[in-house]
Amino acid sequence: MTDVSPSELMVIVAARELKDGESVLVGVGIPNLAANLAKKLQAPGLNMVYESGAVGSNPSRMPLSIGDPCLVTGAKSVCSMYEQFAYYLQGGRIDVGFLGGAQIDKYGNINSTIIGNYKTPKVRLPGSGGACDIASNVKKIIVITPHEKRRFVEKVDFKTSPGFMDGKESWKKLGLQGGGPYAVVTNLGTMKFDEVTGEMTLVSLHPGATVEVIKENTPWDLKISPKLENTPPPTEREISTLRALDPDNIYLG
Amino acid sequence: MDSTKLMTMKDAVSKFVKDGDAVYLAGFTHMIPFAAGHEIIRQKRKDLTLCRATPDIIYDQMIAAGCAKRMMFSYAGNPGVGSLRCFRRALEKGVPKPIEIEEYTHFGLSGRLFAGATKMPFLPMRTNLGSDLPPENPMMKTIKNPYTGEEVSIVPPLNPDVAVVHVQRADAKGNCHIWGITGEQKDAAFAAKKVIISCEEIVDESVIRSDPNRTLIPDFVSHAVVCEPWCAHPSYTQGYYDRDNEFYMQWDDITKEHETTMKYLDEWVYGVEDRAAYMKKLSSEKVLKLLPKAAYSAPVNYGSV
Repeated sequence: MTDVSPSELMVIVAARELKDGESVLVGVGIPNLAANLAKKLQAPGLNMVYESGAVGSNPSRMPLSIGDPCLVTGAKSVCSMYEQFAYYLQGGRIDVGFLGGAQIDKYGNINSTIIGNYKTPKVRLPGSGGACDIASNVKKIIVITPHEKRRFVEKVDFKTSPGFMDGKESWKKLGLQGGGPYAVVTNLGTMKFDEVTGEMTLVSLHPGATVEVIKENTPWDLKISPKLENTPPPTEREISTLRALDPDNIYLG
Repeated sequence: MDSTKLMTMKDAVSKFVKDGDAVYLAGFTHMIPFAAGHEIIRQKRKDLTLCRATPDIIYDQMIAAGCAKRMMFSYAGNPGVGSLRCFRRALEKGVPKPIEIEEYTHFGLSGRLFAGATKMPFLPMRTNLGSDLPPENPMMKTIKNPYTGEEVSIVPPLNPDVAVVHVQRADAKGNCHIWGITGEQKDAAFAAKKVIISCEEIVDESVIRSDPNRTLIPDFVSHAVVCEPWCAHPSYTQGYYDRDNEFYMQWDDITKEHETTMKYLDEWVYGVEDRAAYMKKLSSEKVLKLLPKAAYSAPVNYGSV
């Protein structure tokens, strides 16, 4: 196996979660690479939708932002920002949404707003953008994040985008139409969420990772699936296709 | 022909943007009217409420210049790069002065404009519930759905005092053709009390009437028309010039300190008279690099008997 970087591994594993014919709401950076990689491999009919209103994009180069002109050239449709959120997202037409953030907790709640206190923040992060709207309305939320103790926290400082709240029962009371968190893909493994409790559970170990290392990097007692699997290593085709998508290493560097 | 709307950016800002106004410089990544932001800085407007879904570099510059009292937004990052350092300096350290914030999600803020444009009393939406954002923003409320009894999140209408909307082409009356990412251009124009249109080119009314589906903003919504080529640089105008991604990345370095930011503003904003002068300063290699390859749409037939 060719050596892959932690970022490359995350992108490749996350891309495998996307199925042909699905609609995916794509964010900038790593999620954008994962979606484009899936489209070049198992999901040529993947419908890439961007918050900026570009629908069915077919970018000839990697966009730096979700409003890049190359997402418009050759797209299926372009609509206004309000229409994208109303017709596509709230309309229930998006299967998968990628979210990122500074912190995620064991029920998949995500913080992309502040570290510290809202009124007097230690670090001010960009905020929701469409993240909370996406979390509330897509069928599956996939989070791609490095597996680090400062990112995996027992309780997020601020719930920008609701995951399963304090557990699936409290989430159900919100009455959201979305399906909630589905997978968390890190450089060490893939976590999914318990059907009943909504708690994050390790389901697959990436090449080279161990349960011990994952536990060391997760500050709570992470649940391990009784059916724990080994993630198949990246194939040469996955690696070469991904590297061709980001030749200048803008995102993978 | 009503040509009284045609004016320079200097005159448009002087006439329509007042201290204390709520302003909306429209454009989601695309067609952000930087030339208008720079003119507002040069005319030293202050105590503005800056509204934009993505404040982007333009509001970072206006905050550093001391124009802002408050910012209404939904994503305060440098898209694809990282932080908006000037905004963070104002919020975290009060430099050059403290800033109040009013924060929404993208759906929430674009919904506020839609509600403002259509004079809805409020707009219900399937989001915000369960998030920690509503407790921090009293403008986000919930009501009981009168049909089902469920709790629903609502946002109020937004009617900015003035919106600036950059477009590809407009006629002298302010009928505007827009294509590419349309963002909140139409909603901002219909929601605002005064609307400054800036355009890459002024065309004859017959050009507009040849393709009415592309007219997102009609003349009776526009108050001023400014012919301002390259108004949107370092953002872009589809079909005219590409996004200057290199500058978006450089902005991170330029804004490391308040002083370094001011040095940039001194040279590129205060140090130039208008957008034409700014463009003269920009290297021709940079300009050539940003010119896009053409990709024309197939013509459509609007004929009738």
